[in-house]
Amino acid sequence: MSLRLKALTKSIWVYHLSTGSCNNCDIEIIDMLTPRFDAERFGITLVGSVRHADAILVTGSLNLKAVPRIKQVYAQAAKPCVIIAIGTCSCGQGIFKNGPNCPNPVDSVLPVDIYIPGCPPKPEAMIAGIVKLIEKLNGKK
Amino acid sequence: MTKLLFNFLIFPGFLFTIVLGFASCWIDRKVTARIQWRVGPPWYQPLMDIIKLSIKEITIPRTASKELFFFSPMIGLSAVTLVSILVWLPNIDPVSKGFSGDIIVVAYLLTLPAIAIILGASASGNPLASLGASREIKMVMAYELPFILSLIVPIIKSHGLLRLSDIINYQVLNGSFAASFSGMIAFIVMIFCMQAKLGLVPFDASEAETEIMGGVFIEYSGMLLAIFKLTKAMLMVVLPLFLITLFWQGFNFLSLWKYAILLVIIILIRNTNPRVRIDQAVRFFWGKMTLLAILAILLAIKGM
Repeated sequence: MSLRLKALTKSIWVYHLSTGSCNNCDIEIIDMLTPRFDAERFGITLVGSVRHADAILVTGSLNLKAVPRIKQVYAQAAKPCVIIAIGTCSCGQGIFKNGPNCPNPVDSVLPVDIYIPGCPPKPEAMIAGIVKLIEKLNGKK
Repeated sequence: MTKLLFNFLIFPGFLFTIVLGFASCWIDRKVTARIQWRVGPPWYQPLMDIIKLSIKEITIPRTASKELFFFSPMIGLSAVTLVSILVWLPNIDPVSKGFSGDIIVVAYLLTLPAIAIILGASASGNPLASLGASREIKMVMAYELPFILSLIVPIIKSHGLLRLSDIINYQVLNGSFAASFSGMIAFIVMIFCMQAKLGLVPFDASEAETEIMGGVFIEYSGMLLAIFKLTKAMLMVVLPLFLITLFWQGFNFLSLWKYAILLVIIILIRNTNPRVRIDQAVRFFWGKMTLLAILAILLAIKGM
């Protein structure tokens, strides 16, 4: 059991899913994966296909067109797969809270495991969030 | 029978090659990281990747042809396991003589992993995977020609020996083929073909992650993807060892430095080149590499 958990937390392949963001969080995610922060030391790599993913990084205020699509993407992912909401828009709805075209928060559609707020969050904040997620997984199971 | 199974499953075959393959995958990733001024993953990272993939769910797309999608990774893995035992045994076991013509069997079996990838990708029913599969087909057609042509060179130089153990013995008696002019050219051609067979960076257009999102592997998940990764890791051991057997007097455990040198060459090519387009790759292999291989054959016939 512990080997299973160790394997799951030591080799996190992330998939980047934008649900209509302003691209700022996306740029910061790419920054997190650059050699300066070197996420590969913890086994974190960016993958192109959601079938390979262990974590889905959701950014952006979820607009109406994106709702069925992110449901489909989550259904395509191989479980176990965690969801990380990145940025104020996907954590709460940010400045789009009263917007007519983004009525659903991300966590009303997907089971979000951890929220990383910020507009955009710094790469350090994302790494701290992922470390907390790993601690939570280790403590819970 | 027991010895055969032991050979096949544990010592020079499956398990041992996987352990060496994990080590060389880790060296590859670590050296790449150091070149980019990073720290790089810990030593157990390839193992963790495989364990994690094998405990994850296997998803099979609704549009896929299910049996072919499921069984094509096994085709590749079993082919590489057979190649590993055929290449290891003549080198480390003096009793085992192999059989006449095993060099041809190895050349055929080394094509099978690519065929398995093509079959699996075409069975998955994904448009990007079929794009990757068509690129892989073109790549196979491109690199097989110079590969087979330069495979002929050691056969000519050893006066028609078709058995790997005989070729090693010939080289031990008469000096390695890589030291001669024609052998060196064929060896260089083989190194480029090896890079393409491994699917590493200058020739990885079929699984370009930034371009077609994993290409041929896009629909694979869980255990099936793990089997493909294992196949690649084992190829990373088997192909350099096959080259050493053909051109460099064979190897034993004291001469693993030859393997290290080939691994360094692979990593250097991978880290200093951008990905080439598929037409550039085909032009490279059918142009320069084939001409060099033909030149090597002519020189070998002349006895140089």
